[in-house]
Amino acid sequence: MTVETMKLPGQPGFDPDLDMGQSLVAQKRREQIIQTVKIGVVWVVLIIFLTIILLQFNFDPAYMFAHYDFVLKGLGITIALSFISIFCATILALLGAVARLSNNAIALGISGLYVSIFRGTPLLVQIFIIYSGLPMMGAALAAKGYPQLQQTLTLTAFQTGILALSLNYGAYMTEIFRAGIQSISGGQREAAESIGMNRMQVMRRIILPQAVRVIIPDIGNQFIAMQKDSAQVSVMGVWEMTFRASRLARVDSKFMEMFIVAAFFYWVLTIVSSWAVGIVEKRMRHAYER
Amino acid sequence: MSDNEIIRVENLHKWFDLLHVLKGVSFSVTQKEVVVIIGRSGSGKSTLLRCLNFLEEPSAGTITIAGQSMTMGPGLRFSHNKAISMRLNTGMVFQDFNLFPHMTALDNVIEGLVTVKKMHKDQAIPIGKKYLQKVGLEEKGFEHPIRLSGGQKQRVAIARALAMEPKVMLFDEPTSALDPELIGEVLDVMKQLAVEGTTMVIVTHEMGFACDVADRILFVDKGLIVESGPPDQIFSHAQDERTKLFLEPIRKVQQIFME
Repeated sequence: MTVETMKLPGQPGFDPDLDMGQSLVAQKRREQIIQTVKIGVVWVVLIIFLTIILLQFNFDPAYMFAHYDFVLKGLGITIALSFISIFCATILALLGAVARLSNNAIALGISGLYVSIFRGTPLLVQIFIIYSGLPMMGAALAAKGYPQLQQTLTLTAFQTGILALSLNYGAYMTEIFRAGIQSISGGQREAAESIGMNRMQVMRRIILPQAVRVIIPDIGNQFIAMQKDSAQVSVMGVWEMTFRASRLARVDSKFMEMFIVAAFFYWVLTIVSSWAVGIVEKRMRHAYER
Repeated sequence: MSDNEIIRVENLHKWFDLLHVLKGVSFSVTQKEVVVIIGRSGSGKSTLLRCLNFLEEPSAGTITIAGQSMTMGPGLRFSHNKAISMRLNTGMVFQDFNLFPHMTALDNVIEGLVTVKKMHKDQAIPIGKKYLQKVGLEEKGFEHPIRLSGGQKQRVAIARALAMEPKVMLFDEPTSALDPELIGEVLDVMKQLAVEGTTMVIVTHEMGFACDVADRILFVDKGLIVESGPPDQIFSHAQDERTKLFLEPIRKVQQIFME
């Protein structure tokens, strides 16, 4: 697998038609750039068009520019929430996937039920159960003489957000991880077993290192989805972007303005994240070529 | 059981659900013997080989390798730990190489030493290099498998199996996935192993090679060993109709070359 190097004039193997190839490559590149510019123009026209429509309906852009920083202050919380949660969800998913692929009835039972419940119920309901439901259990336990349990079961809004997002995404990602692990060919497992490895060693040394390369881009996509789903945590009054936007909007009745500001920041956040995920994905594609 | 018998298979059956692939196979292999298994596609020869190191769980029968014995059958519980410990007596080479793509060639070879035999990496590396040298690839130790040709991959795979110092080497159609011009280098390595007295069980479609290296050939048809004997006898004086029928086209080709 040698890389074909460019032959210079005078050297052996010089292709006299090289000019033709080069001009074809240049032409293709030119066409691509023109296409990109065209799409960009369409975007700009669409955005201007939408802005003009909005301005016909009592829309107040000055208010947006005066108060966008109030929403922006929530960006840190949104990012923190999704970073911590994706980390916890990844660990949960790893454990879940290994359990789903084991032969152990207890591990299979627990992981199967976990995935089924958390994928089968709305995130918002899970948030309410953890935030409002658990403290009620805590109160009942306190009455029975376990006050420290009441403290454990009463979570702050931020903790609830992390717990709910982690559990919910952990369930979805369990299935992603399982598929990623199963995508590694059976031959790899057989080869590892043939040199005497046990199931744990096969998983740790052979399957997981390869599966991670398949899975990492998917973790990125889940991370982007989670940034948007973190808005649901606003129902508990966590001071993230959506909650801040709705607070101010309610005071001044500027719903359209403030939620467009919030939407814009989510949009920018996901664009930046997609770009970062894209870079990781590209590196993963050239795996093992060092 | 004679002293230098290394593998003994008694009445081995394999069922895939209700498909009866091996129908009571019995044979044995003595030390330093090279046994080649031939037969049609789907005759069960690969399954037979894979049962020897429990990559396929045999349905019934007794397998004895290097003194360790396991009997399987309906109502008997298959012991995975026993299977793993018996597996250490065999090295396996696959049709599709199955090198670990995330490791260099050298790391592939020493993986078993480090992970299974708990050898320190510094100790394992010289051993790995020795076996890479044996297959003629000492200079490729730091390449990842993606940078190797099919023939080189298969030679690394052979080195990986040899590094565990198994008592028997098993080859499952080691040249079937190779381009014709790369088959020779792999067969040369295997011939060298045969000369050095490595005990081998080989499933292959390379009849010329089988003729060259085999001490004994087993012809498998429809899940049974139909005929067994030295290559000379099988290729020239086959007793069984099915063996003759299978080898007929090959003999014709050979005759054309002779003339």
